[in-house]
Amino acid sequence: MIHARGLTRVFTMKKEAVEAVRGIDLDVEAGQLVAFLGPNGAGKSTTLRMLTTLLPPTSGTATVAGHDVARDPAAVRSRIGYVGQRNSAGEEFHVRDELVTQGRCYGLRRKEAAARADELLDLLDLAPLAGRVPGTLSGGQRRRLDIALGLIHRPDLLFLDEPSTGLDPKSRAEIWEHILRLRATYGTTLFLTTHYLEEADNMAERVVIIDGGRIIADGTAEQLKNDLAGDHIVITTATEREAARAAEIGGGSADGVTVRLRVAGATATLPDYLRGLDAAGIKVKTAETIRPTLDDVFLTLTGRSLTDDDIPA
Amino acid sequence: MTTFLRDTATVFTREFRPSLRNPAGLLFEMGQPLLFLFLFGSLLDGAVGSSWQWFVPGILVMMCLTGPMSAGYTLLVELIGGAMERLLVTPLNRTAMLVGKSAKAMLTLLVQAVLIIALAIPLGFELHAAGVVAGLAQLVLFGVGLGAFSFVLAIKSAPGGTLFYIVSQSIVFPLLLLSGVLLPLESAPGWLRAAGQLNPITYIVDAQRALFAGDLTSPSVLYGTAAACAVAAAGLYLGNRALRQGV
Repeated sequence: MIHARGLTRVFTMKKEAVEAVRGIDLDVEAGQLVAFLGPNGAGKSTTLRMLTTLLPPTSGTATVAGHDVARDPAAVRSRIGYVGQRNSAGEEFHVRDELVTQGRCYGLRRKEAAARADELLDLLDLAPLAGRVPGTLSGGQRRRLDIALGLIHRPDLLFLDEPSTGLDPKSRAEIWEHILRLRATYGTTLFLTTHYLEEADNMAERVVIIDGGRIIADGTAEQLKNDLAGDHIVITTATEREAARAAEIGGGSADGVTVRLRVAGATATLPDYLRGLDAAGIKVKTAETIRPTLDDVFLTLTGRSLTDDDIPA
Repeated sequence: MTTFLRDTATVFTREFRPSLRNPAGLLFEMGQPLLFLFLFGSLLDGAVGSSWQWFVPGILVMMCLTGPMSAGYTLLVELIGGAMERLLVTPLNRTAMLVGKSAKAMLTLLVQAVLIIALAIPLGFELHAAGVVAGLAQLVLFGVGLGAFSFVLAIKSAPGGTLFYIVSQSIVFPLLLLSGVLLPLESAPGWLRAAGQLNPITYIVDAQRALFAGDLTSPSVLYGTAAACAVAAAGLYLGNRALRQGV
């Protein structure tokens, strides 16, 4: 569905060339749900804008939905849907009018566009708001309208740029419900950016991490966490001497009375470990298993936390 | 071509529907120049004898400048929001997008023109129908080009928008003064007349006055039409390029 090779975008800012995206290779098969993860300024949106024909690449190629973004942007456009970071509906326009216009933009006949608009109003629980202007809708309702606008022509591939950012937890859950239902019903390929780590972790079957304009990791959330961060067991003992011995037995490291070890399958390993310590006469005061998060993955890869918004230039 | 026409109609319909839903605003907008005509025209009437023939095409050119500028403003608003981006991801023809967005301003202009002419006739305006039709066609072409320029300006000033306000506020009045639309340039000093010669609006104004006087074969008609075509072609070219380069 997406095949990008060496995709690069250079911006000129104050006569200085800034490489926002540096040679991305990416293949996404039909039906996948891919989360594109990275800190602010990593190149997520720029990549998305190139894949959706909004921005011509400086170099490299991308084939999206079977067509080259640079050579045949119109063919790409008619096959993809896009839900941008900002609100898609114009402020002056009624909700239903905008949906009909959107259908007309994709070449639907007036009747088809109207029927499809009504269908989407129902699908996304927007029917009672059909005659309102976007300014009177709540954040979650506006977001649902954005998604409806992106779906009017039943695209096989939908791009979503931070679909749940800025929403309250309930609205976020609703948006996800709609996204997942869409996928289950129509098998739509979904490519979305997010900076909510737990969303990428729970929802996506594939996580692509971008940093400094380059893809630095690509796999299932499970794979990435196991390969790059791993499970940890953390125990505390009564004395530092005991901690040192416990670290030795488990093959981990001690810091004061705290012992930390990286293991495969922490919940299964912990009881054995504790029995071993017991046999060695070490009194364990607390014990916990820690499952890695995608943030740990990012930390391993870059030495920074994804949740820090300050990125060194 | 059919795609182009369909897409132009789509964009125009989108822009025009809110006005239909709020006809009071539309009536006010379309009726506004009448006030202008009566206040300013009456002043002028006393000063320059049979001024209506000279003044009506001038007002139309002036209105032809303000409509596209406000169209540019609406584009800027949609650029700052996400609506423009959303439309740009659709296969909508880019030129149709530019033309369709100007079309509402042009329709408003045509209605205003009909109103003004109808009211000016009893005041002494002499109607040359063929000339008026040709003149309005020329103005629409010119207005579509101006609209495209205004969109380019909006695209270049996004996301802040400051550039748009500065340029659109500061450019219109000097261009008008330099075109002889308000006061004749014949009595101006040489340097001012030379500057006027570089202003495409000068040729449009001259052509409009010739056409409204029924003088269809005047060379100024040719120059004016050439200026309108040049502005439209350059505006649409630059507009397409700006959209292609990414917004």
